[in-house]
Amino acid sequence: MEEIWNGFVKAIQLIVTLDPEVMEITGRSLAIAAASCLLASLVCIPLGSLIHFNRFPGKRGLVNVIQTLYSVPTVVIGLLIFLLFSRAGPLGDMGLLFTPTVMVIGQAVLIAPILVGLTITALSGVDNAIPETASALGADGIQAAVLTMREARFGMLTAIVMGFGRAISEVGLALMVGGNIAGFTRVLTTAIALESSKGDIELSIALGIILIAVALIINIALNRLQQRK
Amino acid sequence: MALLETRNVGQTYDGKAVLQDISLSIGGGEVFALIGPTGAGKTTLLRLLDLLETPSAGAILFDGTDVTRSNKLRLEARRRMSFVQQKPVSFSMNVFDNVACGLRWRRQKSSAVRSKVETALELVGMADYRNRDARTLSGGETQRVAIARALVTQPEVLFLDEPTANLDPVSAGKVEETLAHVIQEHRTTVVMATHDMTQGQRLAGRIGVLIGGALQQTGSPTEIFCAPQSKEVAEFVGVENILSGIIAAKDDTLATVEVNGRAIQAISDFATGDTVYVLIRPEDIIFTKARDSSSARNVFEGEIIRMNTVGPLVRIEVDCGFPLLGIVTKRAAEELGFVFGKKIFASFKATALHTIRRWA
Repeated sequence: MEEIWNGFVKAIQLIVTLDPEVMEITGRSLAIAAASCLLASLVCIPLGSLIHFNRFPGKRGLVNVIQTLYSVPTVVIGLLIFLLFSRAGPLGDMGLLFTPTVMVIGQAVLIAPILVGLTITALSGVDNAIPETASALGADGIQAAVLTMREARFGMLTAIVMGFGRAISEVGLALMVGGNIAGFTRVLTTAIALESSKGDIELSIALGIILIAVALIINIALNRLQQRK
Repeated sequence: MALLETRNVGQTYDGKAVLQDISLSIGGGEVFALIGPTGAGKTTLLRLLDLLETPSAGAILFDGTDVTRSNKLRLEARRRMSFVQQKPVSFSMNVFDNVACGLRWRRQKSSAVRSKVETALELVGMADYRNRDARTLSGGETQRVAIARALVTQPEVLFLDEPTANLDPVSAGKVEETLAHVIQEHRTTVVMATHDMTQGQRLAGRIGVLIGGALQQTGSPTEIFCAPQSKEVAEFVGVENILSGIIAAKDDTLATVEVNGRAIQAISDFATGDTVYVLIRPEDIIFTKARDSSSARNVFEGEIIRMNTVGPLVRIEVDCGFPLLGIVTKRAAEELGFVFGKKIFASFKATALHTIRRWA
């Protein structure tokens, strides 16, 4: 118990003194998660909107599959990305394995179902009378769709924040495709896993506190967004 | 030439016919009211006319062009129309931007947008609300914003779906006043659906009665209310005395109709032997204690079998050999000593009656 308490005190010291290693790992985690979130948003929000605004056979089934993939294990996506970018893989020539770039790509793939699915959910939550009224006032199909997306903006922001939360807190994929290389691909989650196994409990707790703080900030942001809705 | 025309239009949802064979012609500047009970298909017809839906049968012509099947033509035509829905929704933006949407979608210049929106907001008395979040408005305010939003584009045709159905009497009065002003000032063609017959009568020059998805009758308010062409229309427009009878004799236009063995004199076009319904509006019946010496051709003695007080009025049902429902003021009923079981006289003029064909 004393060891945990001492670790907690030292962890606070590391955070308060802005320990360079802690700051560097935190910065990298935030940057990779933010980049993956941006990449996924650019692809998934238009994709989710396309699925929502179009009628096609199997749409319901597709949405079910997307929602099922919300909880896909990170190691499964890690394995997929590893196989794609490993030397023998189809994208091996790019030499991206064990780089922050492949971590961004992997996390974007991981959170894609959440972003696509929640975009569809957010758009479905908009009253049908909104696009109808827009059409009745002379909007063409695209103008009515843009208005609907505008009405769903808080729901879509929620999707992005949820995606960011999933990206920054995952460990399996970051470990498998990033390799946890100090000063290069080491992020909060992989660092906690490594330092705990090495017995450096202070650093682990400090990084854990930061991760929880990030989760807390995400939660507050989500609540605020839902209130504005 | 009609500005808006439907030719044998029908609409089917999941195999169920909601509208059948609607042929209607509405001229430019005309104010046309669609009346009918809830579920008659009024909203569906308005949505078809506003080209928000494609009819499953027939054609819709706007300004002489069939705009039913081409998306491009539909959008072009729709941009010359506006629709105020029964429960209008506000977009999550301020009142000004809500009203400006239609103009911006038509890519109008921002200076024109500003002045047109201000004018429209002034017209509906909402200029002071321009910066308010539109979602925080009351029902009446939302309705007025919706009207401003529809009028700002200066539509050639304005569709109104139950424009005051969800409002309190004060808000409804304000909205109706605004509409009457617009109709008078701008000469906009208006097609409105309402279940409030008197509103249709107040605002419209012509009325169509839609019952069970079919357009039963169109005509002036007087024609609809005083000379309904079917039992269904008569029932809907408040003719509460609908008596089954047969023309027993005819003298020029004056017919003697036999109803339950009693002879009623009515002006009728039907011939001797025709089976008919005799329609008598409650307000056309006069009740007296003694036989009236008025010019009314029909005077019947009967016993009061039911009395219902409705506000300042009393609805009295008398058995004259056939049931007859009339209305008197509460004060008159008291002064004349009308009570349940009392024998009184009911009189009504032959010209106040209307007969329609009753098919056996």
